[in-house]
Amino acid sequence: MGRELYRAIADGILGGGVYALMAVGLTLIFGVLDIINIAQGVLVVLAAYLSSVLSVHLHLDLFAGLLITIPAMFIAGVAIQWLFMRRLRGRERTSMSLLASYAVMIIIEGVLYLGFGPDYVALNAWYVTSTVRVFGFYLPYIYLFGFALAVLLVAGLYLALYRTKFGRSLRATMQDQVAARLIGIDVNRVAALAFGIGVAVTAVGGMVFGATNAFNPNSGYDLISRLLAIIILGGLGSIGGALAAAVFMTTVEAVVNIWSPTWSVVVFYAALVVVLTFRPAGLFGRRAVRAQ
Amino acid sequence: MSAPPAPPGARAGAAPRRPDAAWPALRWGLVAALLAFAAVFPLVFTSELVTQIAVDTLIFAGAAAAWNIFSGYSGYISLGHAVFFGAGAYTAAVAAQDWQISGAAEFLLMPVGAAVAALIAVPFGLVALRVRRHTFVVITIAVFFIFQLMAYNLSVTGGSVGINAPFLGWAPQTYNNPFYYLALIIAAGTTALSWLIRRSRFGLQLRAIRDDEDRARGLGVRAMRVKLAAFVISAVVMGLIGALWFFFIVQVLPQYGFNPLVDLSIALMAFLGGLGRVAGPVLGALLLEPGQQYLTLHYSNSYVSEIILGALFLLVILFLPRGILPFAEEQITAWRGRRADQGGRFSGTEPGGRPQQRAPAAGTPGGGAAR
Amino acid sequence: MTALLRAEAVAKAFGGVQALDGCTIEVEHGSITGLIGPNGSGKTTLFNVITGYERLDAGDVYVGGARITNAPPQRVFALGIGRTFQLTRIFPTLTVMENMLVATQHAGRRAGNRNPLARAGGAHDRRHAMELLDFLGIAGHAGALAGTLSYGQRKLLELGYVLVADPAIVLLDEPAGGVNPSLIQHIGGRIRELNAAGKTFLIVEHNMDFVMGLCGRIVVLDYGTVVASGPPEAIRQDPRVLDAYLGTAEDDDDAG
Repeated sequence: MGRELYRAIADGILGGGVYALMAVGLTLIFGVLDIINIAQGVLVVLAAYLSSVLSVHLHLDLFAGLLITIPAMFIAGVAIQWLFMRRLRGRERTSMSLLASYAVMIIIEGVLYLGFGPDYVALNAWYVTSTVRVFGFYLPYIYLFGFALAVLLVAGLYLALYRTKFGRSLRATMQDQVAARLIGIDVNRVAALAFGIGVAVTAVGGMVFGATNAFNPNSGYDLISRLLAIIILGGLGSIGGALAAAVFMTTVEAVVNIWSPTWSVVVFYAALVVVLTFRPAGLFGRRAVRAQ
Repeated sequence: MSAPPAPPGARAGAAPRRPDAAWPALRWGLVAALLAFAAVFPLVFTSELVTQIAVDTLIFAGAAAAWNIFSGYSGYISLGHAVFFGAGAYTAAVAAQDWQISGAAEFLLMPVGAAVAALIAVPFGLVALRVRRHTFVVITIAVFFIFQLMAYNLSVTGGSVGINAPFLGWAPQTYNNPFYYLALIIAAGTTALSWLIRRSRFGLQLRAIRDDEDRARGLGVRAMRVKLAAFVISAVVMGLIGALWFFFIVQVLPQYGFNPLVDLSIALMAFLGGLGRVAGPVLGALLLEPGQQYLTLHYSNSYVSEIILGALFLLVILFLPRGILPFAEEQITAWRGRRADQGGRFSGTEPGGRPQQRAPAAGTPGGGAAR
Repeated sequence: MTALLRAEAVAKAFGGVQALDGCTIEVEHGSITGLIGPNGSGKTTLFNVITGYERLDAGDVYVGGARITNAPPQRVFALGIGRTFQLTRIFPTLTVMENMLVATQHAGRRAGNRNPLARAGGAHDRRHAMELLDFLGIAGHAGALAGTLSYGQRKLLELGYVLVADPAIVLLDEPAGGVNPSLIQHIGGRIRELNAAGKTFLIVEHNMDFVMGLCGRIVVLDYGTVVASGPPEAIRQDPRVLDAYLGTAEDDDDAG
C-alpha cells in the first residue's frame, strides 16, 4: 500500500510537470491579454497529431519533431490572436474572447475529425514503453524526459520573463496595458507574441500527452477542463500558481486513482469547486479585477 | 486633473435612443401574427421532416430563451447549462423507467425533471455565483464535465448505453404534433416570462448587476439573491425542455444528454439574435437551428456542421458582437434620422444620423454640457 | 454643533503605502465641507473607508453617533450616506430613468408591491425620479441609454441616482472634474439648493475656485493625515496648506 502511494505521488509529480507547462501557457495568455483561451486543449491535441504525423510519415524522433512543432504551434498562436482575438474590444472583452476561442476550438476539432477521423492514436517511441529503475520503482522514460523538458522550459520562461527586455515588456503589459502603451511598448506585438508563446508550449505538452495517452479529436475537452481547473486553482495570471496547482491536482488524482479510477477524474473538478468555495480568487490569485 | 476621454459609445450613432414610442402596436401585431402562424404550422406543413425540424427549433428557442434570462440579463456567461438539460432528460428517463410510466402520461414527468434541475441549480449557483465572471464560466464548464462523467459512470443512468423512453403508439403522420405544441408552449411561455422579467424590478436589478455589480450592490441590490433566482429560473426551464427532448428522441446517452454543443448553440443563438433582448434568442434559434439541421442532413458526418457552427459563431462574435436586433435597430434609427434631417425638422444632426435637440440657451447643462 | 459624520484616527495601508495615517475628520450637520489635498493624500481612500468600499486598518467611523466602522457599502447607503465616484459610475445599458430606479429597489420603501415581476418603478418612484432629473437638468434624456450621455451628463446622472434615495449626507468625489465651467456652476448651484433644503455635503475637489466658493469649511489632507481645517479664507493663507501642495525647499532636496 505504501509503495503504491509513493508510486502514485511520483506519477503525479511527473505528470504534473507536463500539465504545468500547458497550464502556464494558458495563464500567461490570460495574464497578458485577459483572454481565457479555451482552445488550448484542442491545440494540445493538434500538436499531438502533428507529432504523430512527423513520427509516422517522416520517421522523426518525437523530441526531434519538437523542433518543428514548437515553431508551428507558435505561428498558430500568433495567427489566432492576430486574426480573431485582436479584434475584440470593449467591456465584454473577456467573455467575448471566451466564446471566440470556444468557437476556434470547435472549428479545430471539426478539422481534426475530418483529417484524422475519430479513431484513437498514440505516439510511439522506445522511451514510451521502456522504463528505468529509480529508487525501486520502474518509471517510464517518457515521463522523466517530459518532466525534465517541462522543468527546463518553465525555467526558461521564468528567465525570459524576468531577465530579458521582452520579458519586462510582457510583465508591464500584464500589469497595465494603457501604461505600457504610454511608455512605448508595442502592446499589439507583445500580445501576439505572448499568445504565440502560450500556444507554443502546447507543442511539448501535446507530444508528451500523446505519448502517455491514446487520443482522438475529442480529447481536447477533457484536457481543457483540467487546464482551466488548474489555472483557476492556482489563480488566474499566476505562473507560480499554475505550477503548484498542476502538480497538486495530478498528484491528488493519481492518489485517488489507487482507490477508484473512475472517481479520480471527478476529484479533479470537485477539488476545484471546493477550493473556489472558500477562496474565490484561487490559491495565489491576483486581487479580483473590478468590472469583469 | 485632465479630463478623462469621452466614454465609449457616447459619440456618433453608435448607441442611439431606443426606438420606443413608434413600435408598440406594430410589435404586438407582429407577435400575434407569429403566434397564429406557429399555431397552425403543423397543420399546414404536414411533412414529418418539416415538423421534426420545427420541434427541434422550438426546443432550442426555449432553451436559448431560458439561457438568456440568466446569462443575457446578468452578464454571467454560463457554458454549463446543458447540465440542467441533461438532468431533466435523465430524471425523466429514470422516472419513466422506475415508475413504469408509459403512454402520454410520461409528459407528466416533465415537471419532475424541472424540479430536479432546480435542486441542482441551488447549490451550483451558491458556489458558482460568488466568483468573478471568467472564473464563473470555468466553474460551469467544470460542473458540466462532472455531470457528464457521472452519466457515463453511474449505473442508474445506464452508463454509456443510456436509457430509452417508453414506446408511444401514436400515428406516424401526426406523431410530432404533440411535441410541437408542447415545445411551442414552452418557448412562447419562456419568451413571455423573459419579457415580464425584463421590465420588472427583478430584471432591472439583474441588468444593473450586469453593468456594474459592485455599484449595484452598493445601492442596495441583493446581488446573490437576484443572480441565484435568475439562475434557478433558467435551470427549471432547461430541465423541462430536457425532459421533453428525451421523450422526443426516445433515448438519452451521456454525450447527448450532456452535450457541449448544446451549450454552444444556445449561447450562439442568444448572441446572434441579440444578447439580453427578449426576442433575441428566438430569432437566433429560428435562424440557426433549421440551418444546422439542413447541414446535418446533407453532410453525412456532423463534423462539417461543427466547423460551420464554429465559424459562424466566430463571425458573429467578431462582427456583430451585440447581435442582429441591436444592429437592425441602429440601422433603422439612423435611417429615420437621415429622413428627418432631410425634412429639416432638426437643426443639427450628428454624424451617423443621431437626431439632436435644438441647441438650448447657453449655460443650461442639457445641451451645453456635451463634450 | 453636531457632527453628522465622524471619522476618528483612521488608518489604512496598501502594502507598503500608508494611505491614511491617524486621520480624524468631522462633518457637521447641514454643512458643505470641502476635502482637499495633493494627489495621493488619501482623499478617495478616506471616502472608500467611510462608505465601506475598503476596510480600514484602525480607527472608527460614526454616523450621527452610531458606529459604522467597516459596514458594507449597501448598509452605509441604507443609513443615508450617498457617494459618487471620481471615475463616474453609471449603468450604461440601462436608460437614464432606469438608472434612477435602481436605488429605489431595496425593501422598506413601499409597503405594498411585493410582486417581483411588477413593472420596475411605480408611478410614485418615477415621478420622484423625474423631478430629480428635472432639477439636475437632464430630464430630456430620461429615455436615453445612459451609455450615450456625455461626460458631464453622466456626472449629473450619478448625482441623481444617489439623491433618489434621499440621503442625509452626500460624499462627492471630484464633482467638478473634467467638466466645462457652465456645468460646474450649475452643479454648484444644485449643491447649494440641496444644502439649503437640509442635505450635508462632503466634497473632494481639486478645483480651488469651486471649493472656496462653495464650502463653509475646508479640511486639508496630506500623506493621509489632516494638516489643517477651517474656513476658506484661513485655509487659503495657511502656510501648512501651501507646504502640502508645493513642498518646502527642504522637501524638494529630499525628493531630488
